[in-house]
Amino acid sequence: MAESFKLLAEYLKLPFVRYALIVGVLVALCSALLGVTLVLKRFSFIGDGLSHVAFGAMALASVLNIMNEMPVVLIFTIITAVLLLKTGQMAKIKGDAALAMISVGSLAIGYLLLNIFPPSGNLTADVCKTLFGSDSILTLKATEVWLSIALAIIVVGIFVFFYNKIFAITFDESFSKATGTRAGIYNLVIAVVIAVVIVISMKLVGSLLISALVIFPALSAMRVFKNFKAVTICAAVLSVVCTLTGIITSILVNLPIGSTIVAADIVAFLGFTLAGLIKRSVSK
Amino acid sequence: MALLTACDLSIGYDGKTVLKNVNFHADAGDYLLIVGENGSGKSTLIKTVLGLNPPVSGKVIFGDGLLRSQIGYLPQQTAVQKDFPASVREVVMSGFCGAMGLRPFYSKKEKEEALENIEKLGISNLSKRCYRELSGGQQQRVLLARALCATKKLLLLDEPVSGLDPKAAFEMYSIISRLNKESGITVIMISHDINSSAKDSPTHVLELGKECFFGTKEEYDRSGRSVFKMYGGEENG
Ligand SMILES: Nc1ncnc2c1ncn2[C@@H]1O[C@H](COP(=O)(O)OP(=O)(O)O)[C@@H](O)[C@H]1O
Ligand SMILES: [Mg+2]
Repeated sequence: MAESFKLLAEYLKLPFVRYALIVGVLVALCSALLGVTLVLKRFSFIGDGLSHVAFGAMALASVLNIMNEMPVVLIFTIITAVLLLKTGQMAKIKGDAALAMISVGSLAIGYLLLNIFPPSGNLTADVCKTLFGSDSILTLKATEVWLSIALAIIVVGIFVFFYNKIFAITFDESFSKATGTRAGIYNLVIAVVIAVVIVISMKLVGSLLISALVIFPALSAMRVFKNFKAVTICAAVLSVVCTLTGIITSILVNLPIGSTIVAADIVAFLGFTLAGLIKRSVSK
Repeated sequence: MALLTACDLSIGYDGKTVLKNVNFHADAGDYLLIVGENGSGKSTLIKTVLGLNPPVSGKVIFGDGLLRSQIGYLPQQTAVQKDFPASVREVVMSGFCGAMGLRPFYSKKEKEEALENIEKLGISNLSKRCYRELSGGQQQRVLLARALCATKKLLLLDEPVSGLDPKAAFEMYSIISRLNKESGITVIMISHDINSSAKDSPTHVLELGKECFFGTKEEYDRSGRSVFKMYGGEENG
């Protein structure tokens, strides 16, 4: 145990490890805050779809040899999110199929592009990194760290500022609309924020695992708590704790970061499910 | 000018008309009861008045400076998911959101008002409870308290007692009647099972059907089509 702590202290002296921890905590916070709304609105599939679009955009950016790919990916993902929201409003049922089409399409085209125009020597490693995150969080450039920090602050700010409206619209959209809340605008804000969160999460867990980061903390919190505020706070704290645990474990034991974080989230979910059952049987 | 006027309103979905040429108005202080068979378009009418559903033709006019953010609404069904975590207080407070504009947090006054409304509806003991774990009657009271937070002027209620047992229904009707008489809130309520205990409260009646009827309660009783007779109340000659 003492050995591990000494090792950890050594690692913390390295700037890229500190970057990884900072970005990890912020990403965990944002995705969990958003996750509560997405899960309750039955929107979690949108996160999944958008993460595939982000993968496609990432592939496109690397094929085009764009050095700073994050802004490109961000713009692509935001546009898709807004379009999905608009079409989803016009044709509720078709929204699902459109999303599936776009999401699988981007995945396929992205992989195809990478095969036709291989950007670097090791294609499989590159694809694997983008899909599962592997250790790309440890290779963050300073600009990416700052961009992630800025975006995360904006996301948390928006969430806090609109917290009461987000609750009202998530709980009962038609009441909100009928009594004068501009639900359309808030839905748009939520769509943009989802896109931002997905893009900043990509480096951490990779595009295939982002959904886990969004869904697990919210579902775990909902097992135990029964009001919106408690669920939101619990999801945020839990997500940060799991992510830190995941990153540190993976550095010490040399495991892939993304999957370790998700594993920590799963363990927490099982724990909270158990706690929920106990709480219920005690209160009976 | 009337608080709310419907002019030659035709309502429906996606251009398909459900009901044509509805005309009615509600003045401040009125209690308008909307009746009609299932599927006659009562809920659709309310949704059209609220702007949730565009009218096929015709107009809804707000008067007396009434704003959308000053209306309270109790939907027929609130499709709240089974596992939604929300406390009674959180649900009631959310009634203020429409009138808050860009202000992010509830004011002290709003918090006090929410408590008053919770008290008015006799659910103070439930305010920390989880909304989804309440009985149907308790949930309706919570939603009415939320509607009260949204308005001091106009309440639109879509079948507020459906699914409630007779005692809970009676209590709900008396609360609504008191809000109209004592707090001076204009009420527009849909109900098809209005019982004898509530039949004296409405001042106006709108009946939807092949031929719509709109008039005062007395005119409606005299017209001979009154639904109230079916419940064995005294019959007006
Ligand atoms: N979302 C909808 N889309 C299309 N038709 C609808 C929709 N909701 C209701 N209808 C139809 O409109 C008619 C009136 O419905 P509604 O206003 O709910 O009746 P009521 O509330 O009087 O029972 C019904 O024939 C119903 O099938
Ligand atoms: Mg109805």
